[in-house]
Parts: sequence; structure tokens; C-alpha cells
Amino acid sequence: MNIQNLLKIALKALNNNKMRCFLTMLGVIIGVGAVIAMLAIGQGSKDSIKAQISEMGSNMIMIFPGADKRGGVRQSSDDMQTLKPADYEALVTQASTIANITPTVSSSGQWIYGNSNYPSQAQGVNTQYLDIRQRSVAEGDFFTETDVKNAAKVCVLGKTLVDNLFPDGSDPIGKVVRFGKVPLTVIGVLEEKGYNTMGQDQDDLALVPYTTVMKRMLAIDYLQGIQASAIDEEQTEKTIDEITDILRTQHKLRDGDEDNFTIRSMQELAEMISSTSSMMTVLLAAVAGISLLVGGIGIMNIMIVSVTERTREIGLRMSIGATGRDIMTQFLIEAVIISVTGGIIGILLGALASWMIVTFAHWPVTVSASSVILSFLVCTVIGIIFGFYPAAKASNLDPIEAIRYE
Amino acid sequence: MAKEKEIIKIVDLKRYFKVGDETVKALRGVSFTIYEGEFVTIMGTSGSGKSTLLNTLGCLDTPTSGQYLLDGISVQDMGKNERARIRNRKIGFIFQNYNLLPKTTALENVELPLLYNSGVSAKERAERAEKCLRAVGLGDRLYHKSNQMSGGQQQRVAIARALVNNPVIILADEATGNLDTRTSFSILTLFQKLYNEGKTIIFVTHNPELALYSSRNIMLRDGHIVSDEYNYDIKSAEEVYRNLPQEE
Repeated sequence: MNIQNLLKIALKALNNNKMRCFLTMLGVIIGVGAVIAMLAIGQGSKDSIKAQISEMGSNMIMIFPGADKRGGVRQSSDDMQTLKPADYEALVTQASTIANITPTVSSSGQWIYGNSNYPSQAQGVNTQYLDIRQRSVAEGDFFTETDVKNAAKVCVLGKTLVDNLFPDGSDPIGKVVRFGKVPLTVIGVLEEKGYNTMGQDQDDLALVPYTTVMKRMLAIDYLQGIQASAIDEEQTEKTIDEITDILRTQHKLRDGDEDNFTIRSMQELAEMISSTSSMMTVLLAAVAGISLLVGGIGIMNIMIVSVTERTREIGLRMSIGATGRDIMTQFLIEAVIISVTGGIIGILLGALASWMIVTFAHWPVTVSASSVILSFLVCTVIGIIFGFYPAAKASNLDPIEAIRYE
Repeated sequence: MAKEKEIIKIVDLKRYFKVGDETVKALRGVSFTIYEGEFVTIMGTSGSGKSTLLNTLGCLDTPTSGQYLLDGISVQDMGKNERARIRNRKIGFIFQNYNLLPKTTALENVELPLLYNSGVSAKERAERAEKCLRAVGLGDRLYHKSNQMSGGQQQRVAIARALVNNPVIILADEATGNLDTRTSFSILTLFQKLYNEGKTIIFVTHNPELALYSSRNIMLRDGHIVSDEYNYDIKSAEEVYRNLPQEE
């Protein structure tokens, strides 16, 4: 008895029960489709985080004022005044593993030009900001060291701001816009960067010399944060240690005192986001996997019914020369055809769902080859496992009784 | 009437079943030899052991003791798979309720035994199946599905299926039991035609009338043979069939 003939027999039997066959398949289709889509979403978000991180500079370090916790109460770092321009100066002069460094202060408010206005941020930074965040100016110029020293009333706008303040598409360079009551001359436009992983619009900001924000907008003498980049990505940890030492000395903290500042590295952040998204992926895939399991049980259920219903057919096949093994192979093939066909349709459906998520929800989604291969193998295995018991049951029938079964 | 070649030879065949604590003795020592070209009816009431005998002759069951030679091959000690192979190559079964595959064409039904014989190619399979269907008078219904055919037609398909593997013996189990008188005789005519062509046929039935149309009749009662007689004056089923009143 060759496999080709058994395949033909199995296909014929399935063809005789199209509706039932399809409904059984549906369990597998939904299961596999869900697994594929979930894994695609997980993989997509991981990939996009990775891309985002490397785009933002994975050697980036952020320093915030205040400890993470004080007396068990978290405080907003904006309210802390522990980070001073002097700390920044100290880091600039003393740190040896820092490539670029900028103080950051930001103010929220309304940007106004003519009769257009738009609520956004004025990010106060210095000239090294562009290198740290790996951004560049698309049109015009960035402000200079002199502008920073003089707290010049200049700004570089993000694309979103340009679009909202100059809806007619006129050239913003050289125009004077207002941030609240402060008039600022537009000297440049930032290159567009789009949304990041967290869904933030990275073009919804304007860069202003930090001195301008401190003196002319907020009237403060402290920094809200410092951003820096390590010379070497591999040595981020070392850089963090160095910064910690310098700042502790600067703040005159004794041994045993808690840090009154917090340092976060991009790597840390990346790992955190990535592990969260991995966990989500595993969770989603597990739920989807359960539905695949239910699909498998559905196959077993239908195959058992089918064996009982076709007892006489099995008896006949045996009496005209089918061995137990032939019968077993036939039913196994039937189960595997159901599960594998369901699997293939499920993979296509999952890919389609992923495509729809990309198109309509704009989520980053990646259907990986490994998830497709995995689902395919899992389907085959499910077909064999859940088909085995009914097939064994069929092959163990006594032909004498089977042929007279009513 | 006896010919040289022994197709079936059974010697002191016994088959006991254990049902609970009791032992049911279905066959209590049956011996006979069937030669090539015989048309044997095996008769007996229910409980006479004829079904058990048929199962044993058909290699579906193994005897408790005794000897069974089919076409010169000793069958009684064979394993399950060997018996399946013997059934596939040497035996043609015909059942009371036809046992055709549903929703399947006549041709595919007849091809079925050859599907389990990897030595037969797809082309040969189709050719042989078609030839057998023509032989039973269904040349014009090759692609009719089994559920679109009358009882008589279905039984003809079943007979074609029993012929397709060129068996040494055709085993029919109440092959006319589900059919009306007229159709019964047309099927019986077909059996006689096969007999005239030299096929060896065993026809198990409880209907004593059928003994008139076979060449030899074996009567079973309580697991013993009570008579084994040759019939030298075989009645023509075709004649009876022609003289039956036509259906309205």
C-alpha cells in the first residue's frame, strides 16, 4: 500500500464531508492566525524599538534631578532644583568619557504666528543636543555657542510646528514667532523624524538655547535635566559611574547619603521596553496558542465521530485487504490534512491581519519566517497527536464486527 | 463435477467463542474441499455456524483448531496483516447490504481493492475496474454515485468490486437478501453467468430455494455439516427471471 493511494483515499473522504471538514479546520485557522498575528505584533514592536534606539543613539544618558524615591514618595523631577548649571559645567570639565552633553529645560506654552497658534514645547538645549539625539537641521541653521551665551531670541522648529504655524506653506526662516510673550526668530527647521515607539510625535517641538528658556521664559536658575552621550556605547556603565562620582562631589553628598539625582541610560530604557514587549508577546502568543490547542481538540473530536460513523466503511476496507496500518495511516493523513490546510490558511489569514494592522492601525508589525515555520510544524504535530487516538481506534476495529455495524 | 484444483480445503475446522464463562461452539469440526469452478451454496438457519464459517473462509477470523488451505496456502496460522493481504489478492467479498462507499462513483468503488495493492498502477486500476463493471452490465453507469443507484445496481457494483482483483474465490453473504424477487433473480443470473465462466463461488444463505441454482449445496446445523450434495440439474435463474411478471 503506497502513501499516494492513501492520500487519495483520505482526500476523497474529506471531500465527502466538506462542511464538517471546514468547521473543524476553522479551529486551527483561528488558532494559527491568532498566533501569527500576535507574534508579528510582538516582533514588530521589538524591531521598531531596536531601530528607534539605534536612531536615538543607544549611548544616550539622561540625568534627572532628585532621587527616584524619597521617603517612599515619588516626586516630579520638574519640581526639584538640585541640578544646577554649575553641575553641568563640572561634568563638561571633569568627565572624560562623555562625548556630548547638554542641559535641558523645557517650557510648555502656545506658539503663535500671525493668526495661527499651536500648543507645544520650547526645549532649551545647547549646540550639542543634535549630536546626542542624532537629529539634524533640514533648512536654515542651528543656533551657535554665542546664541547660547547671549540667551538669544532664536528658535529651530520641528516639522509639526512649522505645519501648524505656517499652514500656507510659506518659508518660516527669518519669521518672528512668539512663544507666549517671547518673540523668537526662526533660524532653522529640524529634519522630520515621525513618531517614536511610544507614539510620541518627535517633530512636535522647538529647540531654543537653554539660557533663553531659563532667563526669558521660566526665570529659573536650575536645570530640569542633563542629557549626554557616552564616548563608547559599550562603556555606558562606566560613564554613568563617572557622572555619579562627579555629581556626588559637586552636591557634597557624604557616603551613605542617597543620590539626589537619577541617571538613566538609553540601554536601560531599551531593555526595559523590550522586556515588557517580550512579556506581552509571550502572553498574547500563549492565549493564541490555547485557541490552537482547542482547535486540535476539535480535530480529535471530529475524527472520533468520523471513525464511529464510518465503522462499516472501515470494516469494508479491512475485508477487502486494508491492513490496520493502512486504516491508521488513512485517518492520520486526514487529521494532518485538516490541521495543515487549516494551518496554511491560518498563516495567510494571520499575515493578512498583520498587514491590516500595519495599514489601518499603523502599528509596527513584522511577520517573521520563524513564526511561520513554527506554526506550520506545530500544526503538523497537532494533527498527528490529536489524530493518533482516533486513527488507532479505527485500526483496532474488528472487521467482522465493523462490517455489520449499524 | 469435481475438478482437479483444490481452492478451499478445510479439515476438522473448529471455532469456539468465549462468552463470559460459557464457551459457544460455533463450528464443531467441519471438513470439506471446494474445487475450482464450483458454485457452492452454504445453507443453514441462524445459529448454525454459517456466518462463522464464512468469516473463517474469508480470512477475517482464525479457527480455534483445524486446518484451512486457501489456494494451497495454509491460512490458519497467519497474522492479521498477512490475512489482510490474502483477502486483498485471493478473495472477493459480496455483502447483503452492498457496503459501497457513499457519494463515490461506481468506478471508484470497484477500484477500491486495487488501491490497497501497490503493484497495480492507476491506469491498470481504472481499466480493470471498467472491465468488471461492463461484465456486470453497468458499462453505462461508470460515473454514477452509489447513492444514485437502485439496490440491484448497487449489488452489481459490489460484485464488480469482488471480481476486480481476480480472486480465486468469491464469497457472497446473503447477496440477494435485501432485494426483491425480480432483482434477486437478475443477480442470481449474474452469479450463474460467472459460474459458467469458471469462477469459484461460495454463496451463504438461509434461503433453501437457492440450492436449486447452485452446483453444490452444503447444509449446516449446530456447527456440523448435515448434508453435502451435488446438484446435477441446475435451474436457470435467467429463465425464472424472464417468466417473472414485469413490474408496473
